[in-house]
Amino acid sequence: MRLKVSVAVTLVAAVLTAWPARAQGKLTVVTTTQDLASIAQEVGGDRVTVEAIARGYQDPHFVDAKPSFILKLQKADLLVAVGRELEIGWLPPLIQQSRNAKIQVGAAGYIDASAGARILEIPQGQITRAMGDVHPAGNPHYWLDPENGKTIAHQLAQAFSRLRPADRVGFEQRLAAFENRVSEAEKRWAAAMAPFKGAKIVTYHRSFPNFADRFGLDIVGYVEPRPGIPPTPQHTLDLIAEMKRLNVKVVLVEPYFDLKTPNSIGQATGATVLVMPPSVGGVKEITDYVSLFDYDIKLLADALRQAGSK
Amino acid sequence: MMSPTRFVAVTAAAACLCAPVRPALAQAPAAQTPEALQQQVAALKADLARLQQDYQERLAKLEAALASLQTAPAPPPPPLPAAEPVPPSEPVAPGAPPSSSSKVFNPDMAVIGNFLGVAGKNPVDHAPAFEMREAEASFQANVDPYARADFFMSFGEAGVNLEEGFVTFSSLPGGLLVKAGKMRAAFGKVNTMHTHVLPWADRPLITANLLGGEDGINDAGVSVAHLIPNPWLFLEATGQVFRGDSEGVFASASRRDLSFVGHLRGYHDFTENSNLDLGTSYARGRSFFAGPGTVNADTDTTLVGIDATYRWKPLQRSIYRSFTARTEIVWNRTPYLDGPSTGTGFYVSGDYQFARRWFAGGRYDASDRASDLSLRDRGGSATLTFWPSEFSVVRGQYRRTVYEGADYAANELLVQMQFSIGAHGAHAF
Repeated sequence: MRLKVSVAVTLVAAVLTAWPARAQGKLTVVTTTQDLASIAQEVGGDRVTVEAIARGYQDPHFVDAKPSFILKLQKADLLVAVGRELEIGWLPPLIQQSRNAKIQVGAAGYIDASAGARILEIPQGQITRAMGDVHPAGNPHYWLDPENGKTIAHQLAQAFSRLRPADRVGFEQRLAAFENRVSEAEKRWAAAMAPFKGAKIVTYHRSFPNFADRFGLDIVGYVEPRPGIPPTPQHTLDLIAEMKRLNVKVVLVEPYFDLKTPNSIGQATGATVLVMPPSVGGVKEITDYVSLFDYDIKLLADALRQAGSK
Repeated sequence: MMSPTRFVAVTAAAACLCAPVRPALAQAPAAQTPEALQQQVAALKADLARLQQDYQERLAKLEAALASLQTAPAPPPPPLPAAEPVPPSEPVAPGAPPSSSSKVFNPDMAVIGNFLGVAGKNPVDHAPAFEMREAEASFQANVDPYARADFFMSFGEAGVNLEEGFVTFSSLPGGLLVKAGKMRAAFGKVNTMHTHVLPWADRPLITANLLGGEDGINDAGVSVAHLIPNPWLFLEATGQVFRGDSEGVFASASRRDLSFVGHLRGYHDFTENSNLDLGTSYARGRSFFAGPGTVNADTDTTLVGIDATYRWKPLQRSIYRSFTARTEIVWNRTPYLDGPSTGTGFYVSGDYQFARRWFAGGRYDASDRASDLSLRDRGGSATLTFWPSEFSVVRGQYRRTVYEGADYAANELLVQMQFSIGAHGAHAF
């Protein structure tokens, strides 16, 4: 009996002494998307464990607030969200039920990755839902500009350093390495896209304004008549006419949208329909933030080159 | 009553108090004749107009200043040693989304309208041909760093009802989630759901027959929920204490007649596409049907429930395809004058999403009636739902109900329209 008690006491003591050590161990980071997870992993290295909620091949506007995500958030030191109301339909109830004071909106462990990023399409004047599912704070697909990727990385390095001051130097080194890698890659990407400056394209949803802006593309229309509203026959006919008039040769479709309407548009106009992942994890080959652009730019440049030689 | 001299004295005192602000008012004590009073009123009016103009000018200036602040580019983040500055360019966003400073602390507000049309004959359930059944107004915001408040006011054609109104403490130690206020009890699944998130135009028979009607178990009290850590699944235990008043189920005769609700929820992901949600519930309180004369006898109604929800949604096609199967079984033990009697009821339902905006579903219901547990009603429904956008729904439901006591089969067509304005609410799960 006495032995059992002493064993129990030892165990409790061991757990109690182990607790503070764990608290100063790796940072547990949860991100809403795999893009943010990739950047967090780049900056945090082996000093963080990173998990994403939404998969890259899933529509990030419509994620189920599954209770299993509550468990992830409960243990998180840091929650990184895309912001600009991208996650408005599912993140607030998860945060609320997480029972985690560290990651509540406004707390030190809640990071809105869009702060400091270059945001496009901020609606001016009066906005109403008659315009569709508009985001009043601007287009949330801003991570598709590598410059914004660097800004996000910078912000994460600051947040990590604040929570783990002892690892600050390591985070800064990794940040610098990531920024160099992206800057190097940007030269490569710019060169690949240079021949197609001003190329006119159509996209399904408004997922690519930052991408188009960075790489000199001109988005002239959308398969969706309004954000979040599925295609209508009249809009599709108008779009086909407009695409013929402007000689648009490429239609970009996010992997989570139905290809029926885009394919019929492609048939009517002769344009190539590309399934272009806007996120890390959108297809198996895209394993991190840099390979996202490698993949997308190769896909797009090849299609534009073929369209040009036709 | 105030004597004339006292009136003059009070007016004089008031005038003295006002004097530093408006010297013109210092003449107030002299104002005893109607003409003088009129003059005074005119002076006051002019005063007010001047003040108003002054404030409007100041407001306009402030707004202009604010607008210029909002359109200005965001300051780049404070640089780390190795960081490159972000080149600010035209469409750069400010750090915070634009909003008028006077409104930023307003709660998120939304109104959801629920319009219901019913065709067909039903001698038991007298729903009118057309009804603006409910307008649910919601107000939600953080109170302070520790708490959040949620209010749901339901405006019906007959009046207003506080459907829910509670404060939630979400960052308590020990992983507790504490709510206080008026709320839907955590008994089963359907009881916790607001009308606009139901996959049907009505509620299943168990709600009306065993859980007290449209609102179900809904009472004022305190709720504590705790996550039970374990390596296998999400497990949440909820305990609630209520006043003990919930129409059709519980009625408290004194402050000691509290009602208690307990709920245990387990959730498990089979794959990223499919999951299972299981729950068991228990509720006990002084029966709504307990007689006033019953002393020290069995006066409590006890409810036990089991619920299961299976969901399938392929992630990559999640906006086009999904399937949800639900079932709930409820036992209700109520004391009557001739002794306690136990009634049961259940429903099984399935909803399949076959296109981005289209759902088809079916439901089978059977339930004893709490008012007379020897009578059992049965029903079946088929639904077709269309979502024009995330913010509106049109639903048609064919419903057949067989009422045992009335010996009548009612065939009805329900057409429901729901529409929401205001803040973007969370999607139901």
